[in-house]
Amino acid sequence: MQEKLLEVSNISISFLQYSAGLRQSNLKVISDLTLDISSGEIVAVLGSSGSGKSLLAHSILGILPSNASLSGKMTYLGKDLNQKRKEKIRGDEIALIPQSVNYLDPLMKVSNQVIGECENEEDKKSKLLKQREIFEKYGLSKEVDDMYPFQLSGGMARRVLVSTALISNPKLVIADEPTPGLDEKSVEETLNHLRQMAQDNVGVLLITHDIDAALSVADKIAIFYAGYVIEIANVEDFSGNGENLIHPYTKALYNALPQTDFKLTTGHQPLHGELPPGCPYFERCDNPTEKCSNNLPILTEISDKKVRCYRANEFKNNNVAIKEESSDELHHTDEIGSFEELNYSEKLDYIEEKDSSKEAGV
Amino acid sequence: MNSEKYKRFAFKKMNLRTKTLLIISLTALLLLAIVINSFFIDTSSITTNFPLRNMGPSLEHLFGTDWMGRDMFTRTMKGLGLSIQVGAFASIISTIIAVVLGLLSSMNKYIDLFVNWLIDLFSSIPHLLLIILISICLGGGAFGVIVGVGLTHWTSLARVLRAEIKQINTSEYVKLSKNLGKSKLWIARKHLLPLILTQIVIGTILIFPHAIMHEASVTFLGFGLSPHEPAIGVILSESMKYLATGSWWLAFFPGLSLLIIVLLFDLIGDNLQKILDPTNAHE
Amino acid sequence: MNYKTLGKFLTYKFIRLVILIIAVSIISFLLIDLSPIDPVRAYIGEMAVSAEQIAKLQAYWGVNEPLISKITNWVGNILQGDLGTSLIYRTPVVDVISERFTASLTLMFTSWVISGVLGFTLGTLAGMYRGTWIDKTVKGYCYILLAAPTFWIALLFLMVFSVYLGWFPTGLGVPVGKLAADVTIWEWLVRLILPAITLSLLGVAQIAMFTRDKLINVLSSDFVVFAKSRGESGWNLIKRHGIRNILLPAITLQFLSFSELFGGAVLVEQVFSYPGIGQAAVAAGLKSDVPLLLGIVLFSTIFVFCGNAIADLIYKFVDPRIKEGESYEQ
Repeated sequence: MQEKLLEVSNISISFLQYSAGLRQSNLKVISDLTLDISSGEIVAVLGSSGSGKSLLAHSILGILPSNASLSGKMTYLGKDLNQKRKEKIRGDEIALIPQSVNYLDPLMKVSNQVIGECENEEDKKSKLLKQREIFEKYGLSKEVDDMYPFQLSGGMARRVLVSTALISNPKLVIADEPTPGLDEKSVEETLNHLRQMAQDNVGVLLITHDIDAALSVADKIAIFYAGYVIEIANVEDFSGNGENLIHPYTKALYNALPQTDFKLTTGHQPLHGELPPGCPYFERCDNPTEKCSNNLPILTEISDKKVRCYRANEFKNNNVAIKEESSDELHHTDEIGSFEELNYSEKLDYIEEKDSSKEAGV
Repeated sequence: MNSEKYKRFAFKKMNLRTKTLLIISLTALLLLAIVINSFFIDTSSITTNFPLRNMGPSLEHLFGTDWMGRDMFTRTMKGLGLSIQVGAFASIISTIIAVVLGLLSSMNKYIDLFVNWLIDLFSSIPHLLLIILISICLGGGAFGVIVGVGLTHWTSLARVLRAEIKQINTSEYVKLSKNLGKSKLWIARKHLLPLILTQIVIGTILIFPHAIMHEASVTFLGFGLSPHEPAIGVILSESMKYLATGSWWLAFFPGLSLLIIVLLFDLIGDNLQKILDPTNAHE
Repeated sequence: MNYKTLGKFLTYKFIRLVILIIAVSIISFLLIDLSPIDPVRAYIGEMAVSAEQIAKLQAYWGVNEPLISKITNWVGNILQGDLGTSLIYRTPVVDVISERFTASLTLMFTSWVISGVLGFTLGTLAGMYRGTWIDKTVKGYCYILLAAPTFWIALLFLMVFSVYLGWFPTGLGVPVGKLAADVTIWEWLVRLILPAITLSLLGVAQIAMFTRDKLINVLSSDFVVFAKSRGESGWNLIKRHGIRNILLPAITLQFLSFSELFGGAVLVEQVFSYPGIGQAAVAAGLKSDVPLLLGIVLFSTIFVFCGNAIADLIYKFVDPRIKEGESYEQ
């Protein structure tokens, strides 16, 4: 039985920062984000590393840093989710699986951290039993209980972090980048944990830059581009030639995968603070219209998905093909994160290099 | 956040960096004024004037007068000027020692070990005792205090510089320069100096208040500036003899003025650090 | 705990201490030798002294010998535990120091504990309520106290509590005409209170500022954010994650402050005429009591060294990250 757990509508998150000299400016990291999750469903938010996706998780839990400001509306089980309610239900009905071992207190033994704060000795005893049970299930031996976080290996740390979410029987689990730095087996294992949760009727919000992981576990995928969600597609749409995908960026992304055409697009995402007035994908879009350069399209519903594009209907029906490129540039595209992880000057270098190699190829 | 509330206050509306710059320039100006002023003070008001003995603070004598009828405000101002000068000399000596040792330690492992040991050695002897020893060795007086304070306050800056230089030396771009065959001097000039310059400036200013305070302490104990100089330490040690008579102003105002001067230097140092040190940005 | 590593650590520290003592002896001796003071003449002063005694003194100080043998002679004396005879007190320096040091240790220990507890509490409060009036008050207090000359605060206290309110005697030494041994505990305590409070007030500032900054750092760390996301909050959060992570660094810092503690004690003892090692040091310096001054320099160095060594010990053997980390490496 599915019930709507969390609805997030038109969320924006921005930071106050010094830009140059004495000027302060507002840096928008997440713009106009809308999505919803039902119980037993896995929704992935897919975007490049360092693009601020984690802030979405922090905003749902009400743990944004003090210089961040949040606007928009959230509801949980149909009722408004304000800061007060967030503080009440976090750790209880909504649990976070954080992205690294840094989220564990370095001076506290693992078992104590997993059980969290206890009301009394009895509560502690029962929680310790449960923690042992979960650890047993995840293959963490009794010695792990008394270890400090720095003694855990990458895979062990990941399992411990997942355990923290299960101790309280949450209805919604937010997994923030659970896969990077893990070997293939541990990634598969972690994704299995998420699948298991969904089978137990828990809603899972998976925040990741790993498209393979997202495609293998998620029911719905929200594509995050330059702070905007540009398309929310069902996982079945990522099949064939991607003809069911609508937004040109989503298509490009899908076609860049090794198991599909392995095609690479040019350009880079606009950086935070350099957002164009119009469509964020305008610069890179192969079929832009006049309107796209100055007006921001809104996320609109098309059949069972949502897309942020003025030509969504045309793209949906005609399937305008994306421009093809020479295939000798494939080695750059193993995952979409790789390019955005470069710093700005490296990106420029990379783009120049691409341009020159294109000329040489022609 | 609550911008409406702040709109009325121009100062609060400014962002931190503008405020910081303003604080720095104002305090620097004030300190400079005190030093320059102390050179041109009319000494007639601090000659003995017995009819005006032991008067409490009044409009005419803001800080009162002492048992010889001398104006305490004038004496204090003169003393502050002296303190700042001594502090300046001592800080410069300390900075030079710190920079030289910091650079030396980057030469090779053994010098580095030695510098490290030297830092440990100097921080193991209580500063006050070491200053007293050095001051005695040099026969006391202004020279003795300046050298004494200068020779004891370099350790923290040297430690910072040593760590900083070590970090820069292992960075990618320095490695690259080395691979490109650049000389050590070239690397030091092009990469090291610009980066450690901020640390040196902040370091020197942060040494200042300590230097002033230690000078005053040592003088107060009787090892520093001679009793004939109008130093704050001298004034306060004299005032001790008159405490029992209730002449509270003799100790209160000169000490308070010293406190304010030290506070101003701390303020400059902290604010400068806020601007120059990127780890504290974006508040 | 690994006793072998601990033993190794202590041996290493001991060797360093011996080297330090030798180095400090040489440096302080050199400084005195360069100074205009002549220890033999200073000792004799205007007394009538037999030729025999003069010869003994000259032998102790190595007069008329080259500098190198003077120094080796002096360091040799020290390593044998012979620190000479005090000029002011006319007793062996070791006796003077042991008596004075006991008095000073009581003073320093009392204020060390008070300042540690008070500073940590104030710092934690300020960090917890960052930006509120509590934080601003604590910060203001710390800034002012850090900038205040120790001896001036001591003077103000003396003025207010002894002269104006008359709660304490102005001369805080042992009452005149009484032997030190006859002083009752009460009389002694009365003389301890004011200097101890003065000294602790100054120590509070450093530890409170440190604790505050550290707590603010910890509270903005990923693991506290995560703890919050799990529903922890308020005092329990501070207790479980904040205090756990700042207590050890704060204690370490407190042990590292022995040098300033000693400097503060010298000034405070001078103002309150408290019969401790600091007052003796000042008297020795002013009256050219070379053996006593050098002896005090040596003992204070050992004192500071012990503080630093304990801080090191805590860092290496109590923090689980360092402790376990080392054994894992081997």
